[in-house]
Amino acid sequence: MASKKVRFTFSTETVKEPLVYQLGHEFDVVTSIRMADVDDSIGWVILELVGDDEEISNALNWISDKGVRIDPLEGDVVTG
Amino acid sequence: MSYEVALKCRECGRKFELLAIYSCEFCFGPLEVDYDYKQIKLNTSKKSIENGPESLWRYASLLPCDPEYKVDIGAGFTPLIKSKKLAEHLGMKNLWIKNDTANPTWSFKDRVVSMAIARARQFGYQDLACASTGNLANSVSAHAAKANMRALVFMPDDLESGKVIGSSIYNPILTMIDGNYDDVNRVCTELAASNDWAFVNINMRPYYAEGSRTLAFEVAEQLGWRAPDHCVVPMASGSLFTKIWKGFNEIRNIGLIKDLNTRMSGAQASGCSPISTAFKNGSVNFIPQKPKTIARSLAIGNPADGYYALKVMEETNGAAEMASDEEIVDGIKLLAESEGIFAETAGGVSVACLKKLVASGVINTDEETVLFITGAGLKTIEAVKDEMNPPIMIPPNAEEFMAEFNKLG
Repeated sequence: MASKKVRFTFSTETVKEPLVYQLGHEFDVVTSIRMADVDDSIGWVILELVGDDEEISNALNWISDKGVRIDPLEGDVVTG
Repeated sequence: MSYEVALKCRECGRKFELLAIYSCEFCFGPLEVDYDYKQIKLNTSKKSIENGPESLWRYASLLPCDPEYKVDIGAGFTPLIKSKKLAEHLGMKNLWIKNDTANPTWSFKDRVVSMAIARARQFGYQDLACASTGNLANSVSAHAAKANMRALVFMPDDLESGKVIGSSIYNPILTMIDGNYDDVNRVCTELAASNDWAFVNINMRPYYAEGSRTLAFEVAEQLGWRAPDHCVVPMASGSLFTKIWKGFNEIRNIGLIKDLNTRMSGAQASGCSPISTAFKNGSVNFIPQKPKTIARSLAIGNPADGYYALKVMEETNGAAEMASDEEIVDGIKLLAESEGIFAETAGGVSVACLKKLVASGVINTDEETVLFITGAGLKTIEAVKDEMNPPIMIPPNAEEFMAEFNKLG
């Protein structure tokens, strides 16, 4: 089993959609939310995804296609 | 002697051993160094600091590493300059410029790398790595050369030549990555996870980031042990901004300064302004952006400390501004022509945003304000080379010069 820690950012268009819930149903991936903040116009979630590498990759592609931005937990590694 | 005792999660407060880790295993929050402030207070005085070396190591008791492991190329204790012409131009009565272009590799990154390399040596690492748009790579390469460590430096392949040569002169393993900003970020995140390197801004990040606090210590000391009314700080990840504020709080708490009423305002480029945009939208949550700005040292679209920077603005009644590429170039020129300081593009951002903050009344003209200039202009010549007045071109003849000179009026 693999594990990936990521940050999802939801736009105004996606913030009210139950996309994390759907991701857990569509793919054989366990989602574990550790931090989140959501308001009317924007939301972010930091979570761990556990599952097979390929399944995690498919799940991330699926939620990316839904308009959710995916970033590594570290934020941007490249810096000034 | 140093007094760090643990790493502490900024979100849930859980404590961890002082290891090469950077996020809380429970909530994934960022880890920060925690100190024994009682011991620091007992062992630190204005006099002990003033008798110390003229570098950031004069604050050794407040730093997160054993000074025995330091690699000292002379970072820190840069000039704090009273502004006259720029202040007059902006209609300000009390403006100071913290000139961090005077660091050994000409940017404030020497402060943070000083901490990261000392800790890396303390942990026994042989390799010092970073992913950088220039300034950090320059500093990592120079410090590693001095320490006889191997430097692994990763950069996007479209950087200014001054920043590339400013690293390669120290002979690191320099890799330029052909790809967009997100590609570079992804590659370096993977490399950091799978190699036993001291990656200064990943697994060394809790220690590395602490170096920025020395800017607050220095400003307070240089002002005669007091904090200014207002600070204007360029923001990339937001770390520098939050750490300056942390530094002021710490020296207030250990009694080195009496009062702390400083307002903290941040500066970003319009082409990469996730933090400033969130501030203007009245939110502490930012939307990541794809950077498109000449201020590449500030081009962080997904700033790791953006949320915390916005919280500091909220707490201190500060603000945030942003500057277009044209305004950045004007800011560089204004600083050079008024104060004799040639700043890189990030400095142009700071000047341009200060101008806007004063013009909009956010900064009162009476407020004692410190403007942070964090990197030197020779690193980003490309940004201004087409904006200069052309030189007078003459044959070797004094009369020719006088003829041209008299035309100037």
